[in-house]
Amino acid sequence: MDAAAPPPDDAPDAVVLTDAVAVLGGFPVLAGASLTVRRGEVVLLRGPNGAGKTSVLRLCAGLLPLTRGEGRVLGLDLTADRDLIRSRVGLLGHRNGLYGDLTVAENVAFWGATVGATADEVAGAMRRLGVDGRLRDVAVRKLSAGQKRRTALACLVARRAELWLLDEPHAGLDADGRDELDAVLRQAVGAGATVVVASHELERAGSLADRIVDVIGGQIAEVGP
Amino acid sequence: MSRWSVVRLIAAKDLRIERRSRVMTNQVLPFAAVTMVLFAFALDAKGVFNPETRQVTSLLDLVAPGLVWLATMFSLLVLVQRAFSIEADDGALDALRVAGVDPVAIYWGKALALAVQLAVLEVLLLVTAVFLYGASVPLGGVALLAVTLVLATTGLACVGTLYGGLIAGFTGRESLLPLLVLPVVAPVLIGATRAVESALGTDGVALSEGWPWVGLLAVFAAAFGVGGALAFGPLIEEAT
Repeated sequence: MDAAAPPPDDAPDAVVLTDAVAVLGGFPVLAGASLTVRRGEVVLLRGPNGAGKTSVLRLCAGLLPLTRGEGRVLGLDLTADRDLIRSRVGLLGHRNGLYGDLTVAENVAFWGATVGATADEVAGAMRRLGVDGRLRDVAVRKLSAGQKRRTALACLVARRAELWLLDEPHAGLDADGRDELDAVLRQAVGAGATVVVASHELERAGSLADRIVDVIGGQIAEVGP
Repeated sequence: MSRWSVVRLIAAKDLRIERRSRVMTNQVLPFAAVTMVLFAFALDAKGVFNPETRQVTSLLDLVAPGLVWLATMFSLLVLVQRAFSIEADDGALDALRVAGVDPVAIYWGKALALAVQLAVLEVLLLVTAVFLYGASVPLGGVALLAVTLVLATTGLACVGTLYGGLIAGFTGRESLLPLLVLPVVAPVLIGATRAVESALGTDGVALSEGWPWVGLLAVFAAAFGVGGALAFGPLIEEAT
């Protein structure tokens, strides 16, 4: 982990993509996408399968190399500062990245420890996501899908992720799990998190979003609130 | 966090999961023990005449060092698969990469946890060999045995971690792992077997003959300890 470079926290925009082109396996998954996400904003990416929603998230997380164009995330250059961006961004995809044999508390503590989080920060993250109390010492493999999702989000908080990139966060959750997740996201947004969500659940995710953005054929067309 | 702190964090996490899931005690140790017993059944208690020393040596006594390392290597495959299935099951290795966790620290941390488990296994297998096959450990061979165990364990743990990371995201990784790992660890099998033969004085092999093999093990461990750490990041970047 590169902790040496000073984070440019004064950047007003969390994400700025300008004519971004990204290629995966010789296929252009993003073909000149431009997007700006302001800090504290919640943006919903929508579009058909294969349109490039996940690619936008992976590009912003520093996982997909920028082939052409410009990109800045949290004020950092997407080409030069990918490692630093990764340490400050939280990407939650279809899987939760949790260890089933560890308890909720051990998972959150582990992910917090990767950035040197204190015990208070870890406890605060668990409290914020409602996975403290009776869930605290339960092995993750015994949790419901919704509880696992909440634990994964608590790990993002403990990791001090400033930008949350959520790929189909409602997938695989039952009605109660979806309600739980919505409540958590509303709380996170209220606490000032910047969130970019790719989702097919337009009614649910749309109610949380400040802006809806269409992703079509690797390009971005803004639709508005 | 310093790289060493992350190494300890990863290793402690893996060992805690192992302690909780008890794969080592419930699966790996019984598997290794059964392997050793089956070798004993297969080879029987036949003797081999050595014309140089004009002595008859038990066949099991002769092959005990090799059997210990063969059983260790088969068990290594189980341990590596377990070490990376916990990372692959819910996308944790991908999450570590996304979180920007130093891949060199991930590599050394997982290798350290694997080495601890292998070391426990090897000591138990050697003790089993002593009792089951009637092998004996002369006092002068203890140092050679200890150094051999440390270096062979390091080499095996590093190779296992490197290839475990490489195939973590693949389907059918259970069958792919032996094909990749076993040919690569052949130098460890040869070197460690020869060194242990010398340490045990098997068939009259002199103690001094074991130390050059220790050199081979040291080179192997250093090459995979450093080279593996450098290669691990790009490999998991491609594989996950």
